[in-house]
Amino acid sequence: MSGWTVHSGRAVALMADNIDTDQLIPARFMSVPRSEGYGQFLLHDLRFDDTGASTGLALDAVPGASVLIAGRNFGSGSSREAAVYALVDFGFRVVVAPSFGDIFAANAVNNGLLPAIVSEAEARVLAQAAEDGMAAGGAQARVDIKAGRLRVQDTTARFALSDIDRTKLMQGWDDIDLTRAHATEIAAFRAARRAVPGAWPAGAGT
Amino acid sequence: MTGAIPTEPLTLLDRLWRDHEVARREDGASLLWVDRHLVHEGSHHAFAKLADRGLHVAEPGLTFAVADHYAPTRDRAGGPDQAREMIARLTRNAEAHGIRLYGLRDPRQGIVHVLGPEQGLTLPGLSIVCGDSHTSTHGAFGALAFGIGATDVAHVLATQCVWAAKPRAMRLTFRGKLAPGVTAKDMALGWIARFGADAALGHAVEYAGEAVEALSMEGRMTLCNLSIEGGARFGLIPPDAKTIAYVDGRAHAPGGAKWDDAVATWGVLRSDPDARFDREEEIDAATVAPTVTWGISPEQALPIDASVPHPSDTRHPEAALAALDYMGLKPGDPLESVRVDRVFIGSCTNGRLEDLRAAAGILRGRKARVPGLVSPGSSVVKSMAEAEGLDRVFREAGLEWVDSGCSMCVGMNGDLAKAGERVASTTNRNFRGRQGRGARTHLMSPAMAAAAAVTGRLSDVRALQANAATIEVAAGEGAA
Ligand code: SF4
Repeated sequence: MSGWTVHSGRAVALMADNIDTDQLIPARFMSVPRSEGYGQFLLHDLRFDDTGASTGLALDAVPGASVLIAGRNFGSGSSREAAVYALVDFGFRVVVAPSFGDIFAANAVNNGLLPAIVSEAEARVLAQAAEDGMAAGGAQARVDIKAGRLRVQDTTARFALSDIDRTKLMQGWDDIDLTRAHATEIAAFRAARRAVPGAWPAGAGT
Repeated sequence: MTGAIPTEPLTLLDRLWRDHEVARREDGASLLWVDRHLVHEGSHHAFAKLADRGLHVAEPGLTFAVADHYAPTRDRAGGPDQAREMIARLTRNAEAHGIRLYGLRDPRQGIVHVLGPEQGLTLPGLSIVCGDSHTSTHGAFGALAFGIGATDVAHVLATQCVWAAKPRAMRLTFRGKLAPGVTAKDMALGWIARFGADAALGHAVEYAGEAVEALSMEGRMTLCNLSIEGGARFGLIPPDAKTIAYVDGRAHAPGGAKWDDAVATWGVLRSDPDARFDREEEIDAATVAPTVTWGISPEQALPIDASVPHPSDTRHPEAALAALDYMGLKPGDPLESVRVDRVFIGSCTNGRLEDLRAAAGILRGRKARVPGLVSPGSSVVKSMAEAEGLDRVFREAGLEWVDSGCSMCVGMNGDLAKAGERVASTTNRNFRGRQGRGARTHLMSPAMAAAAAVTGRLSDVRALQANAATIEVAAGEGAA
């Protein structure tokens, strides 16, 4: 995963609360290997009716949208990282919402997708700006992770992001490589942990 | 040495975090050691990542694989092709990495969060992760347990550690006693409805108070299981005598002298009396009623004797409007007038023996008006239930008694409801489409789901419990 600091693209709004990961990607698609691309499954049952015809969701009205503005508790529910794959493979780099499911937010950052937190009022104003830009083929958006600021058309907002997530998104760290640098500490911890009763399962071999 | 240096009072979360922190980065992220890593069919993305990089599993002895999410429940050899392939993939990965697998034909197989405690893999003071959000269940034992995504699963497989930000500490105290007919499920739906599905985002919730202490381990697991539906990735209950009694003698629990040593270390796993929580909430347990959800988020729940709400009376009117539209409900209609099409009893939330007993207690000697599925939380639960004749109670009532798995909680194995069908369900998520495209889910306790089966409507279990007592008296001992 490569890091990033500034992103410019088009914004689209989907202002429902509680867009959970079951909606972001219905469970029946999750056995597909990632290499096949998950963008086609994004919000599948909201975007397509039973016959597979488009329901005309805003998402499909802004080709190439990369900034999504949504309601509170976005990505709540299941830990399925496939929900993030679907957003990323569709082309999203940023989701702006008043709150995110904790596991979703961690998964997002692991995949270079920014979960940007704004107030409910700001989300509504930004969503309006995104809708106003629809006629012109999608609102222009710019997001700066380092500055913690984003803009949709002429509307600007500050967003919240933890230091941990900010650093990781900007560095594009691979955690496994990063963790290798702690090999000595891990080995020492493991040795001490072995002495703790119950730390290793009884009767399971070692 | 003890007591010589005055120390900061600690929460249970502080203790568990400290005990597992291998390193801390400048930005505040902690590298945590993982004592137990539970994987299932859904972990295939993580194994693929590992294979891409040519890595092996760092600690196969601390890693356990379970077939549950895609497990066929009617015929172990059957199920959709896709489900069979997912289980075969898990089997191949477990074999390739030398990981113990609880496969479909293993008598210990079960839903990962039911199996872990049953097999003694879940112990107080451990850190437990799994690529599943309901890993919070294991917090009922005073374990640091949380759900992670595929990138982190791959990281744990490769390093036995996980990077995480320490959550804030919240304490939720249930003062006093629960009223009859009220369960841990109602406590959970009750607090989530009161505070919101995002109320505990960023927090670990420690449950406290008399009503929590009074719960069985099964009830505590239900309560901690649903933490994630209130936004919390972690649920915690300090271990006590009940916890120790539950763990004692389990297959992978320490034995002999090691058992005594372990029990001694578990004594400190609690929050200090003067520990500071970032957030404190209290609920009078006596005010918790049998509760059902009416919408498409767990926060959209009400006591069973309430009516379908008018959106303008709710905290989030737009969300309520969308929910009522999806659920096909009319504001003002009594919840008890809502007809259901089927019931589902099972899942990691409410698929344990105590849950099946509660449901059977309502169904005994009665007929279900609607079809339904009962899937025990594990194969161990299944055989225990059969040993006491619960399977007959369900069958005689007209419900299907099937094998253990996630089943209709998520429908990956093909156990789904049809579009428009209304399900009285003991599961954890009433999300749009969770039990099948267009399916409508009402969450409730096992006894409430059984009551809905009997009446064909959402129903107040307390009315049937009163009747059940009468029937039992009339039928005498021999009827059981
Ligand atoms: S029963 Fe449902 S919530 Fe529990 S592990 Fe299975 S799919 Fe997840």
